[in-house]
Amino acid sequence: MPTPFTLRVNGTACSVRAEPDTPLLYVLRNDLKLNGAKFGCGQAQCGACSVLIDGIEQRSCVYPVSAAGGRSITTIEGLGTAQKPSALQSAFIHEQACQCGYCGNGMIMAAQALLLRKPKPSESEVKQALDGHLCRCGAHNRIVRAVLRASKGAQS
Amino acid sequence: MTAARRTVSRRDLLKAGTGLVVAIAHAPLVALAQDSGAPTPLPGSLNANRLLAAWLRVNPNGTVTVFTGKVEFGQGIASALAQVAADELDVGYQRIDMVTADTSRTPDEGFTSGSQSIEQSGTAIRFACAEARQILLAAAAARLGVEAGDLTVADGTIAAPGGKQTSYWEVTTDAMLRREATAKPKPKAAREHQLIGQSLARRDIPSKFTGGAAYLQDLRLPGMLHGRIGRPPVPRAELLSIDAAALKAMPGVVEVVRDGSFVAVVCEREEQAINARLALRELAVWSRPELPPTLADTFDRPDPGLQAQDSVAYEKKASSASAAVRQIEARYTRAFQLHASIGPSCAVAHSVDGKLTIWTHSQGVFALSGDIARALGLAPASVICVHLEGAGCYGHNGADDVAFDAALLARALPGRPVRVQWMRDDEFMWEPFGSAMSVKLRASLSADNHIVDWRHELWSYPHSRRPGGREGVNLLAAWYLAHPLQPTFPADVPLPNGGSDRNAIPLYDFPNQKILKHYMPDAPLRTSSLRALGAYANIFAIESFMDEAAAAAGADPVEFRLRHLRDERAHAVIEAAARNSGWRPSALGDGGRGSGGTLRGLGMGFARYKNHACYCAVVAEVEVDRSSGIVRITRAWAAVDAGLAINPDGIVNQIEGGLIQSASWTLKEAVKIDRSGVQTKSWSDYPILRFSEVPAVEVDVIQRPTEDPLGVGEGAQGPTGAAIANAIAAATGRRLRDIPFTPERVIAALA
Repeated sequence: MPTPFTLRVNGTACSVRAEPDTPLLYVLRNDLKLNGAKFGCGQAQCGACSVLIDGIEQRSCVYPVSAAGGRSITTIEGLGTAQKPSALQSAFIHEQACQCGYCGNGMIMAAQALLLRKPKPSESEVKQALDGHLCRCGAHNRIVRAVLRASKGAQS
Repeated sequence: MTAARRTVSRRDLLKAGTGLVVAIAHAPLVALAQDSGAPTPLPGSLNANRLLAAWLRVNPNGTVTVFTGKVEFGQGIASALAQVAADELDVGYQRIDMVTADTSRTPDEGFTSGSQSIEQSGTAIRFACAEARQILLAAAAARLGVEAGDLTVADGTIAAPGGKQTSYWEVTTDAMLRREATAKPKPKAAREHQLIGQSLARRDIPSKFTGGAAYLQDLRLPGMLHGRIGRPPVPRAELLSIDAAALKAMPGVVEVVRDGSFVAVVCEREEQAINARLALRELAVWSRPELPPTLADTFDRPDPGLQAQDSVAYEKKASSASAAVRQIEARYTRAFQLHASIGPSCAVAHSVDGKLTIWTHSQGVFALSGDIARALGLAPASVICVHLEGAGCYGHNGADDVAFDAALLARALPGRPVRVQWMRDDEFMWEPFGSAMSVKLRASLSADNHIVDWRHELWSYPHSRRPGGREGVNLLAAWYLAHPLQPTFPADVPLPNGGSDRNAIPLYDFPNQKILKHYMPDAPLRTSSLRALGAYANIFAIESFMDEAAAAAGADPVEFRLRHLRDERAHAVIEAAARNSGWRPSALGDGGRGSGGTLRGLGMGFARYKNHACYCAVVAEVEVDRSSGIVRITRAWAAVDAGLAINPDGIVNQIEGGLIQSASWTLKEAVKIDRSGVQTKSWSDYPILRFSEVPAVEVDVIQRPTEDPLGVGEGAQGPTGAAIANAIAAATGRRLRDIPFTPERVIAALA
């Protein structure tokens, strides 16, 4: 049965109505019209759909909306905007860290989760944190440089 | 000509953020250009689209709209073309507004493929903008009462000696560019470039990293429904029965669309459509034809023994060449491989009053529109295809097929836009694959260790099965309808570009050469364009074999290449890649012990893509773990000569990305196929290179500002595959000739 849920997304409370087992991804994209999280595989294998739930990276394509109620959900829209990007987003733009960019949401959200728990990661820690995220264009090295750039900005 | 059509352009979409603007677009001006008589040839795509107004419009509001028939898919082409236009016109980069492939608005430039956009569209835009600049200056000169030659332009402001001023924005008129291009005003010389040659930031990136509406997937139309397709379990299967009533009783199901063996569900909500598709799979009863054996099943035999069209693709005979004293032979293979876009294919279609508008990430919107119109019995003008960016595609993936899926569902539900999103297994099982290939090489060496005779024999399925044939329909669903439409089996892409024989002719100076081709048009599994087409396997084979020949000659592989090359630009990239990698010349290749008991080696690969696009040499460093058979690429160096570099960082990005993708193909990728069908359904069946496995990459762009710009998008694919094979051989003394180089194969080779 479709059930009402109150979600806290990027600091704002939102009411939605969906089947409890609906993956959060479709609620974010279709009900809340947020573009950031992407459909890539629907099986938590590629990482394109990643969001933060209570500061932890989660794959929204397999995360039921019923489990998200009462938790704090952060999407890439919650980090910054094209006009006012966050330090991490700015670093990705500065490094031109993509080709198609479809994986970029997951890369930034995973990096955000990493920097929350470890503000000054090493290069190998960045690679380890992103290893479950797939990029097909071969922008990996640029992405790693962007995360390290953001982490250095955080030091100064 | 003035028929208004409801379209939503990419620009409107992006400007609207998450909302939607419905714009009225005028029919294309392109048609006007067809009226002229016997045309003189014009440069690039200007030749087929001759009207200046088809390429640009100078707006009184201080902007310039530039139209291109090429599409953006993450290669940065829209930004690079804006850079070209801004430089030629002397206006700021931010003033340029790009409109990309739209059958109702832009020139038809065919497919965005083959690393040709800079050469075709870039050249057209350079010439069109140079000519527009001259026309605008003539109007300004008349207005100011001065000679046009005395005027200067800065960011669109036109100044005359003595301080008189006007601007493009003041002198522009609608009629001004409605004339055929002459291409007489020449584009700027290299020394005059201000923006061309600069690594300007791409314009599409900020919205991609902030959740903006950057992709087709982000298009949401009012009242939009969600479709999912129930594809057969195996190609050529027939749908025997389906309990449509049971499906229709499921929550949110609006329609079950069946036409022969094409079956789909359309729902109010996306998750409902996903659930209904799962139920459809349980309910559908299919015939189970066996897949016939493919070329990939013959790799353990010396000769495939499959029916093929045999031809001599190329032959060169020298009147005098040194006598051959010995001969070597080897056979190389490549598995079926996938585009494997991170975002599976998607489309939105809307049928209104018998007209269809389709938003698509196809690489060829005009060809797609034509095939869909033919399939549905509509006039071509009634099918408008608008390009919006999808995930990177690297060739012909499911983009066109899903557009037709969406068209079929929209036709069944007129008035309601229908969005169809392929699921991951749809993409993996049904996208056209990169063809498996087999290449047999034979070389004869003279007493002074020069190659005097070279024979290249290849087996391949098609590398182009895109829509756009004169007859037939190359769209997946069309073959499964109650009245199925026939696919076209096009001839192989002809040389000099080549399809299966792309880059089969070595750039080396071998006096006698013969290229034999065994082309198999009707593949058991559909194959089509995957980045570099046959060039990947051909260059992998040629460049691996050059190392084998160098070893037979007792020569250093780099020196052995240079010995056979006259082209100075080829020498320059090979020497640069070798120098940057710290190459130590040796007859055995540069190999030795690596870290932690591994074996380390360097290997080189080189090609000039298509023998007329960019030059690229790659050196790869590998470490081979003898016990696990795992090959790690630790570092790679590429040197590339793309002539005039429009945006050097864009070139670096394309070459580095191509190198990493090719490394993934070479080490890991093969579609799993058995007699019951394609068994590659998820990423766990098709691993690709991950962060922990990606090498550090250095790209050296050799600047040649006075040369024509050359395409780079596919330049690294072939050289990288060979560089890895050669590095493994240098490290271990054993040669791998079958892609992918999985740990099992490496262990077998080392045994």
